[in-house]
Amino acid sequence: MSSASPRATSSPNAFQKWQPLLELAAREVFEIMLSCKLDSGGQPGTSPGELTAMVGLAGQLCGLVTLRCTTKSAASMASRMLGTEIQPGDKQMFDAIGEVTNMVAGNFKNKLTGIADKCMLSVPTVVSGSDYRCRSMADTDPLRATVIFEGAPVTIAVEIHS
Amino acid sequence: MDKVRALIVDDSSVMRKIVERSLRQAGLDLAEVREAGNGAEALGALKDSGVDLILCDINMPVMDGIEFLRQLQGQEHAKGVPVVMITTEGSESHVVQALSLGARGYIRKPFTPEQVKEHVIPLLEKKQ
Repeated sequence: MSSASPRATSSPNAFQKWQPLLELAAREVFEIMLSCKLDSGGQPGTSPGELTAMVGLAGQLCGLVTLRCTTKSAASMASRMLGTEIQPGDKQMFDAIGEVTNMVAGNFKNKLTGIADKCMLSVPTVVSGSDYRCRSMADTDPLRATVIFEGAPVTIAVEIHS
Repeated sequence: MDKVRALIVDDSSVMRKIVERSLRQAGLDLAEVREAGNGAEALGALKDSGVDLILCDINMPVMDGIEFLRQLQGQEHAKGVPVVMITTEGSESHVVQALSLGARGYIRKPFTPEQVKEHVIPLLEKKQ
């Protein structure tokens, strides 16, 4: 799958050019694992949502991949993955959103030529609540892709330490 | 093909269920499915009796999939049991490392049931 995808170089100045790869990585995960096509048209910026899943990047590429959405969206993601109705707040909802973020992070990383071998992913963490701002030690503007999942915005961001 | 006993190792219970569903969609008649959340639990699950197939993630807490492969080499119940890695870690170095430690297949997440079938069925046919 990654071999058929566009690839980027690993130049520090190329970070913003990776935005299409981030969106592509997310689209592939949702299509393959959730049987769902994401719509475009999300407003730039961070979508409102009570759940944020995070996966750390370490190695040549350091930083944080986050996915933020509503509890309702997360429950729907879990339901699609498991093929059974998952209620908002169910333990499997948190597991599912963490795993989706993990796959988006891995799929994104694998599209970056020369990076995948030198970059490790952490296990996912899910933060619940909306009144906070996550500050990583990133020294570049975050890459951000806001997509529409079942009518609701989902924001995927990558904060990178160059 | 005979009934298959499978061990699925992943720290995500959702992913374990997806892998199990993919095995059933591949046409496997599963006699038993054991689950483990990390490599250490997986070794414990193999302590008393073996399985016919192991599917294992790499990035897991406590004991990752690579260390699990290392420790599996000394396990009596694991001799000849094919291990297929299913992981987001898709780099060549991870693939080479896993295969050198005895893994027989490597599937990158996200994956389709067809990919699971393509990797798993030939291994089980060869084993029988």
